[in-house]
Amino acid sequence: MVPVDQGGGLMRIDLLTDPIAGLDEALAVVDGFDDVLVAGLLRPQKIAGLTELADAVAGSPLAARVAEAAEKTAAGAAGEEHFVSLAAARIAVFGSVHDAVFERLAEATGRPQGEDSTRQASAAESPNLLAAARSWLSDLARAGWQGIDHDLISGSAQVISALLAEPSLRRLAVLLDGFAAELAASCPGAALERVPVRRWGDLWSRAMLLTLHHETSATSTVTGRLLPLGVDLLEHSTAAQAQVHAVFEPEDGTAPRLVRANVTVPKPDTIIGAGIWQLLRPHLSLLTAISEGRSMDLADMPVTAEGDLLWQDEHARLGEPADAFSTARVALPKAVTPVVAPLDRHPVRIAVPVFLEGYDIEGDEDEVSFTFAGNRLPVDTDRIPAAGPLTPKAVASSGACIGLIRWDGGFRLQPLAVETTVRKKTTAVHAGAWAGGTTDKAGVKAEKAATDAAAVLRERAGRLLRK
Amino acid sequence: MSDWERASTARVLPPARPRKLAKVPFVELADGRVQGVVSSGSDIGRVYVSSVAASTYEFSCSTNNNRPCGGARGMFCNHILALINESTLQYGAERVARYLRVEVPEPTAQAISQTMSATRPSQGDSTAAASVFSQFLRHLAYLEFEASTAPVPELQWFPSTRAVV
Repeated sequence: MVPVDQGGGLMRIDLLTDPIAGLDEALAVVDGFDDVLVAGLLRPQKIAGLTELADAVAGSPLAARVAEAAEKTAAGAAGEEHFVSLAAARIAVFGSVHDAVFERLAEATGRPQGEDSTRQASAAESPNLLAAARSWLSDLARAGWQGIDHDLISGSAQVISALLAEPSLRRLAVLLDGFAAELAASCPGAALERVPVRRWGDLWSRAMLLTLHHETSATSTVTGRLLPLGVDLLEHSTAAQAQVHAVFEPEDGTAPRLVRANVTVPKPDTIIGAGIWQLLRPHLSLLTAISEGRSMDLADMPVTAEGDLLWQDEHARLGEPADAFSTARVALPKAVTPVVAPLDRHPVRIAVPVFLEGYDIEGDEDEVSFTFAGNRLPVDTDRIPAAGPLTPKAVASSGACIGLIRWDGGFRLQPLAVETTVRKKTTAVHAGAWAGGTTDKAGVKAEKAATDAAAVLRERAGRLLRK
Repeated sequence: MSDWERASTARVLPPARPRKLAKVPFVELADGRVQGVVSSGSDIGRVYVSSVAASTYEFSCSTNNNRPCGGARGMFCNHILALINESTLQYGAERVARYLRVEVPEPTAQAISQTMSATRPSQGDSTAAASVFSQFLRHLAYLEFEASTAPVPELQWFPSTRAVV
């Protein structure tokens, strides 16, 4: 048994292996509905998956709408609005899964939790574009994953191009773009040996909801010191995002809090590895600070109630040197975790920064787990970006680790940085060390190759695109 | 049901592998073809739009101004060979062979091209060239979209990976 509180820094890993009440039941409801989506909603065969979804939200404000949607769909008489209701119900069930998992994590970290704030519904911009996306998503649901073909999937191309050109619709645009690429590569659906049912159910329902009005969270501004913990890289073939997790210490002496800084950019699929850092770097000066091991001083930087800094370089300047492991040891245990907006509550977005040490290592670089007094935490080394100095091997020989706790059917640790011993000296290795540029020999080579690739595409674009 | 089927972050598409883009700036496995754009060796303003169809290996090569390629008379021209070669670099030879339905024991760019050539595939017309070229322009347009520092939580479904094809 690990002590509950020893200086506030120790995590109760045992809580991550204990079962969570109600979890299996909630996931069974989702699985039942996802099975209906395999054959499609046009003339569904497995009607139970629909009624069980409606039953699951019977005690919620969605009850009447979802019951009607389930009935109409079962009868083969559903329209777009019914599909929207089913998508909303699926998201609501996953919201409850998120909350249960998130609560367990709050207990395990023992860190203070933020309070909920108010949100405003904002009118949908570009309603025609959103309607076109919704219409395509409805056709997709009617066809089902086994019914997808080239014509159906290529029908999304025009909508996606138009969405990408509209920065305020970026969330839906990059989601649909990544989703459509997976579907296109899986055509014809009738020949699929296996279907990523949960994933595609997630992507479909999330996209459906994003075609409706969206809520904007309250924003305020902050002034104080930003201490980076690490960089998470997210990408599909035509978009990438760097998300920096950091502790923010307000100048006014109020409680430190966890924040994120994000930068997202669409990209051609041949820009990869170091080329992605090159695309992101000019838009987030924080990436440079991280590569230099520095903090940043923020002045009136906008931030959402969910802890996302709406980064503008003019509100930040390079600060004092800051060691992420000192931040993780000293500042992180007291940092307040921000709330998650209700519609964003899905377990896939859980990424809770933690600091771990004193673990034993099981397995090797191909399959690593950290163990704590008999409790096992699997380590997701596959998520470490290739364009960086951190390797699975370094993780498998580490003595301390900064990472993100994630959940996809079970808790896992995504390493952001480790301390290892090189020639009897403790050295920190960061996954995102090359984000702002590097003098590392392998890094310089990767940067050069990426620069050449981007130059070729820019030259071709300049010559051919505007003809 | 396997874990993969019940995972939100199940990996569906293998990531692209790095390759030099100077000769073949664009290649894709789409519309039942390996198709792409090959830069002309002699004229920087000219590109060739080349493709090979799955199963039949019917091939086509013409310039972006729809002039037929002089080398592709009855057989694969150098543009098509370059296209196949770069496609195996970007997607892996096995995936390309599978997509084209070429059965070779150990797929390489050369083995794939030779196996297809040996069937004496017919030369198709260049009707697909316009759509391939517009796909290429769409691809280039991704360089022009602006970056944004607003949060995009949807990308949490798309983690980075070290896996190679």
